[in-house]
Amino acid sequence: MPAGMVIVGAGECGVRAAVALRENGFDGPVTLIGEEAHLPYERPPLSKQAMTAPDMPLARTILDAEGFARLGVDFVGRNPAARLDRAGRAVHLGDGRIVPFERLLIATGSVPRRLALAGSGPRIAYLRTFDDALAIRARLRGNCRVAIIGGGFIGLELAASARSLGAGVSVIEAQPRILMRGVPAEIAAVVHDLHRGKGVEIACGEQIASIEDETHHILIRLAGGHAVEADLAVIGIGAIPVTSLAESAGLAVDNGIAVDDRLRTSDPNIFAAGDCCSFPLSVYGGRRVRLEAWRNAQEQGALAARNMLGADESHAAVPWFWSDQHEMTLYIAGLADEGRSVVRRDLGGGAFILFGLAADGRLVAASGIGQGDTVARDIRLAEMLIARQARPDPSALACAGTKLRQMLAA
Amino acid sequence: MTDWIEACGAEDIDEEDVIRFDHAGRTFAIYRSPGNEYFATDGLCTHEKVHLAGGLVMDDIIECPKHNGRFNYKTGAARGAPVCVDLRTYPVKVEDGKVFLQVG
Ligand SMILES: Cc1cc2nc3c(=O)[nH]c(=O)nc-3n(C[C@H](O)[C@H](O)[C@H](O)COP(=O)(O)OP(=O)(O)OC[C@H]3O[C@@H](n4cnc5c(N)ncnc54)[C@H](O)[C@@H]3O)c2cc1C
Ligand code: FES
Repeated sequence: MPAGMVIVGAGECGVRAAVALRENGFDGPVTLIGEEAHLPYERPPLSKQAMTAPDMPLARTILDAEGFARLGVDFVGRNPAARLDRAGRAVHLGDGRIVPFERLLIATGSVPRRLALAGSGPRIAYLRTFDDALAIRARLRGNCRVAIIGGGFIGLELAASARSLGAGVSVIEAQPRILMRGVPAEIAAVVHDLHRGKGVEIACGEQIASIEDETHHILIRLAGGHAVEADLAVIGIGAIPVTSLAESAGLAVDNGIAVDDRLRTSDPNIFAAGDCCSFPLSVYGGRRVRLEAWRNAQEQGALAARNMLGADESHAAVPWFWSDQHEMTLYIAGLADEGRSVVRRDLGGGAFILFGLAADGRLVAASGIGQGDTVARDIRLAEMLIARQARPDPSALACAGTKLRQMLAA
Repeated sequence: MTDWIEACGAEDIDEEDVIRFDHAGRTFAIYRSPGNEYFATDGLCTHEKVHLAGGLVMDDIIECPKHNGRFNYKTGAARGAPVCVDLRTYPVKVEDGKVFLQVG
């Protein structure tokens, strides 16, 4: 078999890369290797619709068997890449099969950070895969009590979903506030109030002393002296990149598989993209970051594919993220911590946007929250302004009557 | 032949923009192109049933506000992840400064 393009990891990023290889005219062999038992599926619904849908949900497939056939992509499922042989330019799969490659993309994603003291009893859950979601869903009942450890995006989305089903929900966060990472305090406060108003209990600044399995429930003892009793504890304390394949093959790793602005690893024939990699973000002068965001996974997959084919294109996208909680949606463009000053724009009905400006007046971030998609369009336009390194007039940003679109045209 | 339904005034839509139009329990999106032509499609994204009127019109593309899926609003064709199912389009005419839709 002639060596072609091989992708390890059949998530959002890997599938997007496979599609992009074909869209960019590559007609040699493309192999996509996945370890899960399902066709590649979208993860964002797992904490949202997959929990709340009245009927048993189906995984929302990114590309089905017919799609793979149409594209001529060889999708190998349930078969993890076990070893990477760089000298022999081949990937060894779990079942012993050896897949040679000309260029390789590693898109192995991330997995939930484990909480060691929680152990692994039947009442302890993590959420990353469709199977995880089904297991949690099966335990969520109107009268059940769910403890969510970690007030990040996944924990809070799950809190909203569980609450909407009538479950009693307590969120326990070690930091002084929820959404400490990446969300401005003013917006986190709105999210906090939103959850409180829905009856979700949130305790911040609380360390966990122990988690005891009491057969009929679990008891979470907090260092501050309180205890939370629950039927199920879901742990959402962040994700760690899956780097083992790369690391054991001697590729550079730095908070994720380290790639350059072309998404190339320390081996020029091997690329990495999506949740598993750290890369220099050009809009912020090459600051090295690792993102856990859906659109980033898609964009990097497509960019890696073009560069595998020799495009030599630099990563230029601005991070973009959304999160649905109760009837509100939060949208963020750029990284909020890049801002030195903040301008607020109110859009009515409680919706608002915080624009972050750098010391030199450049727009570097925009975070907004509102009912449904109220802030979506402005955040998207702000993203384009950030990409252009625009220096918009702060008073115009503050005024909802001034259209961002006009600033973009200027 | 189905009837033409009056949807809005031609000036109710900015150039290179979109509005939502609800009629008889259905929802549509009406577009005004940069070339000053009018078009109409189903109002909801084929990915998660989000109102496309909250999105951004760029040339002949409507980008969904929710996850940035893209469609060509003139043809309804899905143009980028995560959308893969096309939108239905509807005939539009402008008469006496008013926009009419044939919703069939
Ligand atoms: C519950 C949940 C909700 C989310 N909600 C949002 C949201 O609202 N907005 C947003 O922007 N982002 C959201 N995300 C994040 C988004 O889903 C991820 O950023 C995205 O899935 C990353 O894509 P990826 O392909 O890099 O990694 P993944 O989707 O993790 O895919 C990697 C795949 O590689 C496989 N793999 C790993 N190692 C191997 C191996 N050795 N061999 C073969 N296969 C392997 C894994 O099993 C996995 O299937 C959410 C994530 C979760 C879990
Ligand atoms: S709802 Fe339109 S792209 Fe997802």
